[in-house]
Amino acid sequence: MELLCPAGNLASLKAAFNAGADAVYLGLKDDTNARSFAGLNFSAAQIKQASQLAKQQNRKLFLTLNTFAKPGHENRWQQAIDLAAELNLDAVICADISLLDYASRTYPGLALHLSVQASATNVAALSFYKQQFNIERAVLPRVLSVKQVKDLAKISPVDLEVFAFGSLCIMAEGRCQLSSYVTGQSPNTGGSCSPANHVRWQDVGTDKLTRLNEVLIDKSSQDEQLGYPVVCKGRYQTNDEMTPEYMLESPTSLNTISLIPELAQAGIRSLKIEGRQRSPAYVTQVTQVWRQAIDSYRQSPETFENTLKRQPQWHSALNKVSEGQVTTLGAYERQWQ
Amino acid sequence: MNLSLGPLTYCWSKQATFEYYEAVASTDIDTVYLGEVICSRRRELKYKDYLELANLLTNQGKKVILSTLTLIESASELIELKRIVTNGEFAIEANDMAAVNFATEAAIPFVAGPNLNLYNRASLDIMHKKGMTRFIMPYELSKFWLQQVLAGNPTAFETEVLGYGYIPLAHSARCFTAKHHQKPKLDCQIICQQYPKGILTQTQESQPLLRLNGIQTQSAAKINLINQMSAMSAMGVSYFRISPSGLEDIALIEHISNAQMAEQSNLSLEGNIKDCNGYWHAEPGMNLNLNTIT
Repeated sequence: MELLCPAGNLASLKAAFNAGADAVYLGLKDDTNARSFAGLNFSAAQIKQASQLAKQQNRKLFLTLNTFAKPGHENRWQQAIDLAAELNLDAVICADISLLDYASRTYPGLALHLSVQASATNVAALSFYKQQFNIERAVLPRVLSVKQVKDLAKISPVDLEVFAFGSLCIMAEGRCQLSSYVTGQSPNTGGSCSPANHVRWQDVGTDKLTRLNEVLIDKSSQDEQLGYPVVCKGRYQTNDEMTPEYMLESPTSLNTISLIPELAQAGIRSLKIEGRQRSPAYVTQVTQVWRQAIDSYRQSPETFENTLKRQPQWHSALNKVSEGQVTTLGAYERQWQ
Repeated sequence: MNLSLGPLTYCWSKQATFEYYEAVASTDIDTVYLGEVICSRRRELKYKDYLELANLLTNQGKKVILSTLTLIESASELIELKRIVTNGEFAIEANDMAAVNFATEAAIPFVAGPNLNLYNRASLDIMHKKGMTRFIMPYELSKFWLQQVLAGNPTAFETEVLGYGYIPLAHSARCFTAKHHQKPKLDCQIICQQYPKGILTQTQESQPLLRLNGIQTQSAAKINLINQMSAMSAMGVSYFRISPSGLEDIALIEHISNAQMAEQSNLSLEGNIKDCNGYWHAEPGMNLNLNTIT
């Protein structure tokens, strides 16, 4: 089972490799990927450097191209595919069928991973992408229970990658317009969810108000742990219930470390750590813990459960870097749904 | 430009659903989409009930398209999907690539629903080659996007735009209606049936924001593009979609069917929940752009 880690810059890439990542995914410094934040991501020259580092250390490098090509600007996305082919990167992570089509016709040797933004959650959808574009792997949206993941893994025509740790997107990815409804930008179009230039924190008396394009997402006390403000993690009211409630989800992160045995037995090819926007320190911390956990499962699958109990520091290390310092199994656990 | 009625997104009782479509059958609407698009746990209407409604509407001269589930997670949902796709009589709206897969396998033409993520002309052309006859513009895109995509060859396939109704914004594994009632999804008791227009959700400043409809999240406000109908028509849009919200739709359909009256239609600027039209004007979807009111 591959440990796939995020990198928003060269420092994070090195941190991931040093801490034991098998593979790293990264994006270009533009709107061709859904973490299009100022100061983040790689120029073409930096990707070349990253690719040399990966080859030296015998690790894999994937280019994230998970937004949808804008009419009139398609060549920006196509050039990113050209770059990946030229540098002989290990895969391109892509959701747009026009790009999958371009890549599979132009570079049949370039591995294609279906991005989570394509929202492929079932064998018929996966088969479509396999037949049409010969994808090698698909990243599953965070909407399936462990049982559903296992059932799908048995019949999937392609390798499967799942989210293991990080910010929890609670919607079928690629089909969520909550961000663009409030800000005009979505991951699909603008390259980010809840863009930072629309976020405003405001102190009013003892309250801290969190606004997204002036819409009040949450009101909290000064000492409460706050997550990054997104529409789905706000506190709202209804006509019959005026006490504010997390109607969709509270600020929390995904942590599936306890699921390693089940995911491994199901034949999941890769475990993905979310967080290209996070610091090199985050990447180091999370990669180290997951490397140890995966290795200890490999060495002794039968005792993993006990190992997990004897390693409370794994949980505390992961909680420390989690949103709201709280973690959940999310949709993997039926009860959550 | 023709009027279409999108699939019913809410869970109404069988009786309420039949009453609604019987009323729809008496209007001048051109096309009606039928089917459960949100949650396979909703079983008020079964496959044969939808076929009955389809026949009722067809007998009144309406074109019927069977809509399919948006989020497909289980083998049983795929079996039901295949049954709908291969019904042999009615066209289908594909809301997941699974439906596209089944349709292409059986060489059946399809309408591409709003969630297939077709964000450029090349993607639409690929789907067209696979049998797509029409596409519903993804909700978050604008008239500028559409102009560019249709330029040069507006008629290769038909275009439909959501013009009136609450906007579907997201789908999740989690049922927010059940969560609000502290029920797990597996024992939801179809609690969403208590909310014929979803649960209106407001900010702590009483700003209406969302509408929770089972696993779906919608906009609190209705999109209203009635005053854009001639512009749409000129761009090559062939269908103006209304999303069902209640029996009040019937008067609206009749009102819009009368083109001259539609031109004079005003946006709803009064009351607690104003309409929105931001997406069409390349703004945040919740915005109401008043500069374009003619």
